[in-house]
Amino acid sequence: MAVDMGKLRWGELEDDAEDLDFLLPPRVVVGPDEKGVKKVIEYRFDDEGNKVRVTTTTRVRNLTRARLSKRALERRSWPKFGDAVQEDAGARLTMVSTEEILLERPRAPGSKAEEPKVAGDPFAAMGKAGAVLMVCRTCGKKGDHWTSKCPYKDLAPQTDSFIDKPPGAEGAAASPAGTGKGTYVPPSMRAGAERSGTEMRRRNDENSVRVTNLSEDTREPDLLELFRTFGPVTRVYVAVDQKTGVSRGFGFVNFVNREDAERAINKLNGYGYDNLILRVEWATPRPN
Amino acid sequence: MRPILMKGHERPLTFLKYNREGDLLFSCAKDHNPTVWFADNGERLGTYRGHNGAVWCCDVSRDSTRLITGSADQTVKLWNVQTGAQLYSFNFDSPARSVDFSVGDKLVLITTDPFMGLPSTIQVKQIARDPNEQSSESVLTIKGPQGRINRATWGPLNKTIISAGEDAVVRVWDTETGQLLKESDKETGHQKTVTSLSKSADGSHFLTGSLDKSAKLWDARTLTLIKTYVTERPVNACAISPLLDHVVIGGGQEAVHVTTTDRRAGKFEAKFFHKILQEEIGGVKGHFGPINALAFNPDGRSFSSGGEDGYVRLHHFDPDYFNIDPIPVFLARGGTLKNEDFVA
Repeated sequence: MAVDMGKLRWGELEDDAEDLDFLLPPRVVVGPDEKGVKKVIEYRFDDEGNKVRVTTTTRVRNLTRARLSKRALERRSWPKFGDAVQEDAGARLTMVSTEEILLERPRAPGSKAEEPKVAGDPFAAMGKAGAVLMVCRTCGKKGDHWTSKCPYKDLAPQTDSFIDKPPGAEGAAASPAGTGKGTYVPPSMRAGAERSGTEMRRRNDENSVRVTNLSEDTREPDLLELFRTFGPVTRVYVAVDQKTGVSRGFGFVNFVNREDAERAINKLNGYGYDNLILRVEWATPRPN
Repeated sequence: MRPILMKGHERPLTFLKYNREGDLLFSCAKDHNPTVWFADNGERLGTYRGHNGAVWCCDVSRDSTRLITGSADQTVKLWNVQTGAQLYSFNFDSPARSVDFSVGDKLVLITTDPFMGLPSTIQVKQIARDPNEQSSESVLTIKGPQGRINRATWGPLNKTIISAGEDAVVRVWDTETGQLLKESDKETGHQKTVTSLSKSADGSHFLTGSLDKSAKLWDARTLTLIKTYVTERPVNACAISPLLDHVVIGGGQEAVHVTTTDRRAGKFEAKFFHKILQEEIGGVKGHFGPINALAFNPDGRSFSSGGEDGYVRLHHFDPDYFNIDPIPVFLARGGTLKNEDFVA
C-alpha cells in the first residue's frame, strides 16, 4: 500500500500509522564511545503526521565491582524477546529513582537525632540573634543561614548512581525539515549554565586553593575531610566530567581564613594521597 | 542509594527470583507475562508470553536455561529462558500457587489451590532433559492440609518437602512416601496464614512470613523455631541475606484499605532485621502499596522488592549498609548478648 507522503491527511494517518512505519529510516545506534555515551536515533510520526527524529542519549557504564561469570557475560548479549523486542528507547520502563532512599535506622530509645556540627563555624556567631525560623534545607542547620547562603551547598548529596538521571531523559525531538535548532540540551547540561550562575559568583571568593593530581575516586567529601583540619572551609569542588561522571583529577577548596589556606598549602603540597602526590597551590583567577 | 524502578508490569507483583549467578531477575505479576530483567541495571531482557491468568510463582534452573512458572490459569509452564519460548505446559484442575525446582533440577514441586470442591495438593513432577519427552505424570501427590498451600519448597538433599499456607502450620513431608514427618507447634508457630517462605543460601534454615505480623526462622531439618521477628504489619514477603546476618521483611496493610488511610499508615517499607539479635536495623521506603515480593541478589549486595503498585524496585546497597552495627541499639533497648547466639 503506497501512500504519497505529500497528500497525507490526519484521518488516514490515524488508521494507517502502523503501515507507514516502513517509510521511516531505520533505527541507528551510535556508540557507546570511549566515554560510554550511547546515542540511539529513531524516527517516528508524531500526532500531526510529521516525521520526527528522536535522539536518546544514554550513558553506559561498566561496573568494575560486578564480576560477571562467563555465562553471565554471554547472557548479556542475548537478544531481547517477547514484549521487550518492540520496546522503543523512549519507553522508559527502567528509571533510576530521582529520590535518594536511605536505609532508615531506628534510633535507640531516648537518643536524639545527631546534628551535624562543624568546629569553628564562622557563621555560628551570626545565628545567635536569629530566630529558629531560619532552617537551612541543605545542611539542616537552624538559625545559621538561609538555604541560598549555605556554605555547604556544594557538598549536598551528589548523584552517584551508575546510570545518571533516568536513562533517555535527554530525549529530544527535532523536525527533519531542519529548523536549524539541533538537539535540545537541558538547562543543567548547557555549557556553563548553573556553573556560571551560582558558582562564578563564589569563584571570586579569595582564599581559594587549587588541588591537582587527585585520584579518580576522590570525591568532594573526601577533599573536605582532608582540608577541614586546617580550618573552616566554605567550598569544596571536584571537577567532574559532565558526560562520564569521572573525576577530572583536580578541584578547589575555599577557606574562610587566608592563614588556614596557607597552612594547608604548606602541609599538603606534595602530600601522598591515594597513591598520588598532591599538588596544592593558590588558585589563579581565570583570565576572563 | 537510588533504587532502580522497573515498570514493566501492569498489575501487582507476586514474586521475584534471581538466577544463581545473580545477573538475571525474574518477576511475576498478576498480569500474564513473567518478565526477566538484567539485575545490575534493570534493563528488560524479555517477557514470557503464553499464560492466561495471574502468575503466582516462578523458579529458574541452576544453569539458568529453564524457567518454570505457576499461574492461576491452571497451568504450570516450562520456558526457555533465553528465547522466551514455551517448552511445556502442565495442566491442572485448579490454580497453581507455587513452583520449586529440586536440587539438581530433575524434579519440580508444584502446589495447587483448593478449587471447585477439589482440595489443595502438593505434587512432584519429573523434568525431562529433552522437553519433547516431558510427561505430565505426577511422581507424588500429597493431599491433606486445609486451605491454600502458599509455598512449598525442597528440604535438605531433596529428602523432605516443606510446606506452609493458609492453615498457618509449617509441615515437613517425606519425599519418598509422602508421609507427614513434622508439624510446627500451634502455640509457638504462626497464628495466621503463612504468605511466604524463603530458604537460606545453604538451605539449612528458612524464614516464613505470616499475616500474624511476624516472620519466623526455622531449622530446615528439625523444624525447631529459632527466631521470631515481630513487626507491626502483615508480612507478605521475606528473604534472608546470603552475605550478612540480615533478614528483610516486607508487607503492609491489605490493598483494600490502602485508599482509606495515609501512605505512611500503610507501613510499606521493607524492614531489615538482624538475624541473630532479632533487632530491627533499618527500613527502606518507596512503594505506594504493600510489598508482595522480596529477593536478595545471591551476592548479597543488592535486593529487589515488588509491590502491589506494579513496580519492581532494585536497590544496590550503599557502602554504609555493610557496616551497620546493631549492638548499641540492641543494648539500649535492654537486650542482653548471649554467647550461644554467636556460636553457629
